[in-house]
Amino acid sequence: MSRLSITPWENAQRTVDDLYADMERRISSAPCGNCPVELTSAFLKLCLAQSCGKCVPCRIGLDRLSDLLDRLLDGQGSEEDMETILRSAQAIVDSADCAIGFEAAQMVLDGYVAFHDDYVAHISHGGCTANFKSVPCVELCPAHVDVPGYISLVGEERYDDAIRLIRKDNPFPSVCGLICEHPCETHCRRSIVDAPLNIRGVKRFAVDHAGHVPAPPCAPATGKHIAIVGGGPSGLTAAYFLSLMGHKCTVFEKNEKLGGMLRYGIPSYRLPASYLERDIDCILSTGVEVKLNCTIGKDVTLEELRRDHDSVYLAIGAALHKTLGIPGEDAKGVLSAIELLDTTTRKAKPNFTGQRVVIVGGGNVAMDATRTAVRLGATSVKCVYRRRIPDMTALPEEVEGAMAEGCEILPLKAPVRVETSTSGRVTGLIVQPQVIGEVKGGRPAPRDADQPEEFIPCDVILMAVGQRVDAEPFTREGVPANRGTIVAGPDGSVPGLEGVFSGGDCVSGPATVILAIEAGKVAAASIDEYLGFHTDISANLEIPPAPFRLKQATGRIDLTEREASWRKNDFELMENCMSDQEMAQECSRCLRCDHYGHAGFKGGRKTTW
Amino acid sequence: MVTLTIDKKTVTVPEGTTILDAARQADIIIPTLCYLRDVNEVASCRICAVEVEGVDKLATACNTLAEDGMVVHTNTQRVRVTRKTNVELILSQHVDHCVTCVRSGNCTLQTLSKDMNIQNVPFSQNAARRPWDPALPILRDSTKCIKCLRCVSVCDRVQSLGVWEVTGSGAHTAIRIRGGLRMDEVNCSLCGQCVTHCPVGALRERDDTEQVFAALADPKKTVVFQVAPAVRAAWADSLGLPTELATEKRMVAAIRALGADYVFDTSFSADLTIMEESSEFIQRLTNPGQYPMPMFTSCCPGWVRFLKLEYPEMVPHLSSAKSPQQMFGAVTKSYFAQKIGVDPKDICCVSIMPCTAKKYESGVPQVNDASDRDVDIVLTTRELVRMLRAFQVNVRTLPEEDFDTTMGAHTGAGLIFGAAGGVMEAALRTAHYFITGHNTDPDAFRDVRGSDGWRDASFDIDGTTVRLAVVSGLGNARELIHAIKSGRVRYDFVEVMSCPGGCAGGGGQPIRDGQELAGVRGSLLYDLDAANPLRFSHENPEIQNLYQEYLEKPLSPKAHHLLHSDKGEWTL
Repeated sequence: MSRLSITPWENAQRTVDDLYADMERRISSAPCGNCPVELTSAFLKLCLAQSCGKCVPCRIGLDRLSDLLDRLLDGQGSEEDMETILRSAQAIVDSADCAIGFEAAQMVLDGYVAFHDDYVAHISHGGCTANFKSVPCVELCPAHVDVPGYISLVGEERYDDAIRLIRKDNPFPSVCGLICEHPCETHCRRSIVDAPLNIRGVKRFAVDHAGHVPAPPCAPATGKHIAIVGGGPSGLTAAYFLSLMGHKCTVFEKNEKLGGMLRYGIPSYRLPASYLERDIDCILSTGVEVKLNCTIGKDVTLEELRRDHDSVYLAIGAALHKTLGIPGEDAKGVLSAIELLDTTTRKAKPNFTGQRVVIVGGGNVAMDATRTAVRLGATSVKCVYRRRIPDMTALPEEVEGAMAEGCEILPLKAPVRVETSTSGRVTGLIVQPQVIGEVKGGRPAPRDADQPEEFIPCDVILMAVGQRVDAEPFTREGVPANRGTIVAGPDGSVPGLEGVFSGGDCVSGPATVILAIEAGKVAAASIDEYLGFHTDISANLEIPPAPFRLKQATGRIDLTEREASWRKNDFELMENCMSDQEMAQECSRCLRCDHYGHAGFKGGRKTTW
Repeated sequence: MVTLTIDKKTVTVPEGTTILDAARQADIIIPTLCYLRDVNEVASCRICAVEVEGVDKLATACNTLAEDGMVVHTNTQRVRVTRKTNVELILSQHVDHCVTCVRSGNCTLQTLSKDMNIQNVPFSQNAARRPWDPALPILRDSTKCIKCLRCVSVCDRVQSLGVWEVTGSGAHTAIRIRGGLRMDEVNCSLCGQCVTHCPVGALRERDDTEQVFAALADPKKTVVFQVAPAVRAAWADSLGLPTELATEKRMVAAIRALGADYVFDTSFSADLTIMEESSEFIQRLTNPGQYPMPMFTSCCPGWVRFLKLEYPEMVPHLSSAKSPQQMFGAVTKSYFAQKIGVDPKDICCVSIMPCTAKKYESGVPQVNDASDRDVDIVLTTRELVRMLRAFQVNVRTLPEEDFDTTMGAHTGAGLIFGAAGGVMEAALRTAHYFITGHNTDPDAFRDVRGSDGWRDASFDIDGTTVRLAVVSGLGNARELIHAIKSGRVRYDFVEVMSCPGGCAGGGGQPIRDGQELAGVRGSLLYDLDAANPLRFSHENPEIQNLYQEYLEKPLSPKAHHLLHSDKGEWTL
């Protein structure tokens, strides 16, 4: 017999691998609000099952740690047990022989700090501080849109009702149907079975198939008047809900049109103006007054707004670009990405024909600039990024889309300086190759590689390295700011300025449209309460009962895009809608967490806010 | 309408009907455990699982809607084994000391276990014990809790108090008082609806029967019983007596058989409450602007606690009249003691109540005016039944007996205190007499009867329109308060009872799982009212004697001292 043989991949091991894959999906779709001590205990048992059993700290230590946690969970724990947990976990971290042991104990230590209150509550109050969240998608949507509700309405082809239901929490269904980052999908329980539901895809279907859906009637006029500074998603959301509550709203917008970054920052191949207009028309139909081309500090002061209105909402966004501060950044041919996007939507499109374009950055704005540059006729488009491709903050499908359209992503390159001609025009970008290194703050940090600088010849450089808030006209009038963003409480109230609220990008820094919408919704509720009201917002819709025949494991329907070779030549909407057949299948995959599981007991459907 | 087949029977039911209800319509029994109609339809126990053709998993009949063409099997091997397994699993997290359990013989889990022919549980048993203060009127044994969530749902959805909550997850999921607080730190009304809706023995009343046995055995003690109106409508519930034998008079005989020296009727002191409360109401009605209106009834201690805890600013609306229980105690330890020449210290006043909050009320210092303790011991109807069993009283063969005289005469008006709307109706009968000087038709105010949780009525009394509301269930009470505060409704007089349907559905009444018997028990009281020759509290001859000999007249200084209390000062 040969001294070596090909190892057969045993059936049992294959099944175990499948089980691990199942568990990975299950963990990725973890419900929100489980008792974290319970989870730690469960994870410990899994770690223990992976232990080979050779060493004391891992073999016995993890088991005893798990016993201690269970004692706590049974309401029998003591302060002394807490000390023992801390001491023994540290000892395991310090003395376990391999990662199976020390990483397991480190997890306990991390949790001991992160949810210490919960540990203590198990001793002092016989239970935990966590609250189970019934419906993951609703919970994770910042605007808390009733996702299972509208999925089931779309499934019954009640598209108008689906739009009505979405608008109860979010007046931008058309916009979000196309460009929402869909945090709702991240913990979709369907992942336990196969893959998360394509929630945004179903919303897009509803948007494309609904007729004209008028806004609901407004509550009787209250006589209160609110000034909203900024006509972006946050300001308009606040205006919509406050109007429905019966308050008079005036939006002050410094540009010639409403929409903010939705209009001036997102290319039309992702969000055609017609979709945006649809949402804005509905919002304005509630009686919102608009003052365009009006700049605060120039045309009107904040003080005047406060004097003439009962409340003011500041939602000015983060429309200024950041710079890297590298030599040559002010050369001719260096533009900020948002300037390019703005110019492209606002005026005549620039022409990049025959030009080589380099984009600096790894976020969604970088990808928008990259793909816009392709559409403007650039000969070559390269995106330079300091980290690796998976580290890019842009949505993976955006990165893939850009690559399919012929862009190159150059990862692990840090810009050093812009090279210019004698006339001051860009000739190229010098970059320093990077090597990915230690994890810092949850992300692997790049550092300089021991390789020489590289020269990337180009004619245009687009900087997409972040945005900032133009807060100066407001801080001048006493609005507090911290590191360039406006300071506001969780209810949107601005400390020290009675009746002034703020939210969206100008408070959070540049973020997503749905977070801006959340801020607008919160501000509407806060302002309503501040003015002494408690006007309910609801949709009054019968939701189809949950079917009890649930679809067996079925693949997720992903949205397709127009062929890359075609779409890269124009600014038309690139994403295709689902077919009727695809919609029906996708809707039937919804597990109706608003009915099954915990929701049947509590928290199934919030019909009013 | 949808037509489906259940166990080969064709059933046609309206759309939206559950498989459970469809099966019941076809006389097919599907067992349930956690299910409480409209209150707890959470399908947590999975006992009502049935097989539906064409579907992989079993469906829970209690919350799955019947569909057209559905073919359901409720009795297959798979269904039976699943149900049995689930009951075994529940038993593995339930300390089944049935022989010493207060719910033995009246426990849904015990019945299911027997029905499933479970003779041993193959799983290890593990139920965490959580501490509980044994002095509280409501006791909880965490080792018996099966996490059916009924207590949480009843308290949230019916009573709107949210005292109970679920904590932890996975195997350590437990029920506890909200936020892990103690009972005295939360807003519990002590209504006991969680107790009457618990399918097992996890929640029960504090058992005070031994104290009563001790008093009965003490030759120095004169033991005086009072029996609340609603008790007679339910006392024989678990004694196996047919309705025609379960009479009020047989109940009197049974209590006397325990060794009671006097058996009196709380309906007597209910008549007394009416004398005082309707006088107070007229005072408030005829002096507009001087008193907060509407006036709220105050005979339900759960409601008084609710108002004090949740809306303290509304407490001045409560009538100052004490509850019939406490009026009875006060009169027993003064007027009656004097009359029979016994030192009040040697009298043990025992009350039998359909209520758990009454155990609390009797200990409130501000309602004990005739002695340190006007009512010494409060038993629920369930504890009375346990005493009868302990003494092996053969109720079936007992001849009927009358209440003792002096404080045993009662009118139909006092009797209907036990049903929602009864206090209001009784008060109106007497208020009408006080205002006009003559009696009206005793049924003139019957519009306030009914099982709805919130009932409006208005009556003209001598040219004045009196606007009334009758509310039962604290969720309804909360809605009423909001409506009053926002100005949406205006009333002169409002009756509130904590328990849905009033005392007939009280938290101390005998438990029949899955049945809401307040309506049936209440209508029994209305029948007794109709049959009573006396229908007006002011016509109760013993009440008339009491005023003549002792209290002078309603709202007299003496009456004020003994029969009224400031609810604002009550100790919680």
